[in-house]
Amino acid sequence: MAEENKPDEQEDENISPWQQIIDNPFLLLFIGVAMPTVFYTLWGVMEVATIPIAPY
Amino acid sequence: MAQFRQCPDTGLFFHKEAENLMKANAVAGVVCLLIAGILALLVVLTRWPAVHLLPADTFYMVLTAHGVCALIFWMIFFEMAILYFAGSTLLRSRLATPRWAWAGFVMMIIGAVMTLAAIFGGKSSVMMTSYVPMRAEPSFYLGLVIFAVGALIGCFVYLGTLVVAKNEKTYEGSVPLVTFGATVACIIAIFTIASGAEILIPTYLWSIGYISHIDPAMYRVIWWALGHSSQQINVAAHVAVWYLIAGVIFGARPMSEKVSRAAYLLYIFFLQLASAHHLMTDPGISSEWKVFNTSYAMYLAVLASMIHGLTVPGAVEVAQRKKGLTNGAFEWLRKAPWDNPVVSSMWISLVGFGFLGGISGVVMGTEQISIIIHNTIYVPGHFHATVVIGTTIAWMGLTYLLIPVLFRRKMIFPQAAKLQPYIFGLGMSLVAVFHMAAGTLGVARRHWDMGFAGNPLGFEYPATAYLLMGIAGIGGVIGVIGGAMFCVITVGSLVFGEKLQKEAGLLQSFGVPMADSAYTNEKPERLPMAPAEAVEANHGEAGFEAPGTFILAMVLLVSFVIYYFINWKYLSEVWGLS
Repeated sequence: MAEENKPDEQEDENISPWQQIIDNPFLLLFIGVAMPTVFYTLWGVMEVATIPIAPY
Repeated sequence: MAQFRQCPDTGLFFHKEAENLMKANAVAGVVCLLIAGILALLVVLTRWPAVHLLPADTFYMVLTAHGVCALIFWMIFFEMAILYFAGSTLLRSRLATPRWAWAGFVMMIIGAVMTLAAIFGGKSSVMMTSYVPMRAEPSFYLGLVIFAVGALIGCFVYLGTLVVAKNEKTYEGSVPLVTFGATVACIIAIFTIASGAEILIPTYLWSIGYISHIDPAMYRVIWWALGHSSQQINVAAHVAVWYLIAGVIFGARPMSEKVSRAAYLLYIFFLQLASAHHLMTDPGISSEWKVFNTSYAMYLAVLASMIHGLTVPGAVEVAQRKKGLTNGAFEWLRKAPWDNPVVSSMWISLVGFGFLGGISGVVMGTEQISIIIHNTIYVPGHFHATVVIGTTIAWMGLTYLLIPVLFRRKMIFPQAAKLQPYIFGLGMSLVAVFHMAAGTLGVARRHWDMGFAGNPLGFEYPATAYLLMGIAGIGGVIGVIGGAMFCVITVGSLVFGEKLQKEAGLLQSFGVPMADSAYTNEKPERLPMAPAEAVEANHGEAGFEAPGTFILAMVLLVSFVIYYFINWKYLSEVWGLS
């Protein structure tokens, strides 16, 4: 088993840590959803939600 | 047992299930493009003041259907085909859960038919944006939700395929850059679809009476996370197509994979925030929100596009120079195969997207100068540059590339195919430029009659505006002719094109599986990691590796700066101070 994993380990050594991080599509998915959700959607919705209601 | 076939011309491997899904999605996309093109002709001939073809109610119905068909259905069907290609073919992997992928495809078809039926029923002429309190038929919203869920399934099938490829070790090292770009498109698509669900499900409930009220300001904020981000999927995907075409046709490798991937990373972080530029004049939202999302975040996404716009032609230049085309700054460009529609499509897409779409997009994303063109026909001018010249032409080029490779048919009318990208590109460039010019004079978008005939509160545009709209109309007709040529050539090739493989029958062109004799049960050899390019290794030491591209980039920069300041000059003339 260890023998089978060895080529993978060698292969990983050829890839920089930074590259290994951005090779994870689910991490990218998290960033790609979290960023616009926080800075665009939630912030924007809060701005609209806090507009004072005009008195009748 | 997964079945694969290898294209004898390109060496690409196609998994049987993935191949059929690519074909079905691409064909569905082209059908939507055909419908969108017919509707576009009606829109163009109505907004052309001298023709003014349709009555008002029909115009708004046709415009709604055109927007939905072109901006949502054509784009997303084709994007699904690209995702399956990038996930399965480029990684030499079987597709994960093909039955789910087919279920997603069927849902997309059902959703598209429902939405179009609602629009053509005449009671859902609410434009693609469907701003509340305008109320469409419930099936309009439901159809869009079903379509979006189908597309979401496709996105997760793609992510599943990445996992399968990783686990089954179908490739060495990192995924290829094109697949990385497709992953970025997929991520943006997931955010987009989630935003669509957030706003369209409540709106559907409102349309059937379960919810009494939808706040229009809230609707606009969340809807544009769907509306604009859906076009950002296209950007990420068509940039990936540029890299693919540059690699396949020119043998070009990115000048620096690290830089290209970093640019894609900027897309993931910032591209979707640019949705805010649609809300520049909305009251109730602070300037802080507008400025952060556009003038900070959006510019970083623009930087990413400029990087791609530099590295794709730069990579082509390096590849061409290696072949000996080294005279002067532009021999590599002059002697490119300009009669190859795949190549011409890529260049028209790249230049049109950068010069027309990119520069105008920055103007629209600047809070101060955006106000002089906001909600004018400048906006359709801009997005016809990005989505039609940028994305649609890139995908036309990819289609020409894939007709023999994926569909195993020889292209019919090769002479017409050589001209088609130029005709379509010319027509749509006229539409984009002259709509933007008319928008600068204040001509409203989406308006049936720019003459305001019989309206007591009408407005008289200068005669120049009528001329500009007329030229845009001529451009639109040329564009529709170019689009029709594309549909005839591609659909005709699938039906009448010479078979390049005996199993590639008529039905097989439309997604029906080819006979088993076309495939083998043998697993493709592992995709090797490409060695680092010499230019990458020598980066920063060898001077200008791509001087021609550097000059072109400077031309773009100068054009951008001049146009940017022209718009500030226009702004200064809106309210005279003395």
